[in-house]
Amino acid sequence: MLDDVDRRILRQMQAAPELPNAELAVRCDLTSATCYRRIEKMQASGVLKGQQAVIDWQALGYAVEVSLRITLDKTQTRAFDDFIEAAREVRHVIEIQTFLGRVDVRLSVISRDMGHYQQIYREQILGLPHIADIEALMHVARIKQSEGLPL
Amino acid sequence: MIELDAIDRKILRALAEDATLGAGALGRRFDMSQPAMWRRVKRLQDAGAFRARRLVLDAEKLGFGVTGFLGVKLATKGRVSLEDFERAVSAIPEVQTIEHVLGMYDYRLRVVARDIPDFERVLRRRIMTLPGAGDVEANVLLSEERRPGPLG
Repeated sequence: MLDDVDRRILRQMQAAPELPNAELAVRCDLTSATCYRRIEKMQASGVLKGQQAVIDWQALGYAVEVSLRITLDKTQTRAFDDFIEAAREVRHVIEIQTFLGRVDVRLSVISRDMGHYQQIYREQILGLPHIADIEALMHVARIKQSEGLPL
Repeated sequence: MIELDAIDRKILRALAEDATLGAGALGRRFDMSQPAMWRRVKRLQDAGAFRARRLVLDAEKLGFGVTGFLGVKLATKGRVSLEDFERAVSAIPEVQTIEHVLGMYDYRLRVVARDIPDFERVLRRRIMTLPGAGDVEANVLLSEERRPGPLG
């Protein structure tokens, strides 16, 4: 299991993932060797899975992001599988999440502008299988997006 | 806005999976010299095509077994209460993302908790007591996948 030192390392890494090991060790008040060994151990145990670049879709010209909250027709036994399989084929879907609650599936859809969104919605989303209901939320702003864990 | 060619898209896709790949490794993967690749990555970075890195942790192994999404509707609207709400919700450590949205909710929050009782505690003690918070809808995340989107 993880101890306080591991948690300290993860906290610092979460705050600044691009820090080189030497600098990270200083911030954690550890020697470079200890810091490196602990990181390797956390990688081996699967706690630390890696680092990903966060794509800025707006900078790539995708100004509109819409969250589609979808309820499926659960009388169809393959509703989830069929729906997700088909949603993967929609090129402008960047996230697929499934839920326990009032909403079954959520898709994040990006588009260049409202006209483009309308086109994707009509031509590709509405044709997805087993949809019972769709609600849309349009993104205005991201206030916080660290996705860090409260360690 | 930056125009991307097929190689740029491949590079962004690779970095979205592993941000630690350097120009050397990317160059070998896409059959390009290290300096040429370095220039490409630099151009993408300067254009803001990708922002800061995200550390990927196994939340479950760290004791966070539940992720939930909350739709929050504000009870009273007005500029001041929006700011108060945003400031207060930003300070909650269990809240990972906050999106201001238009539609049936005003905000969409991503929240982590240790288990369902802990999720309920966060919901009752932290979220429902926020200044201006009205209706709250909670959905527990079962699975999620990020897609390459138009980079694919």
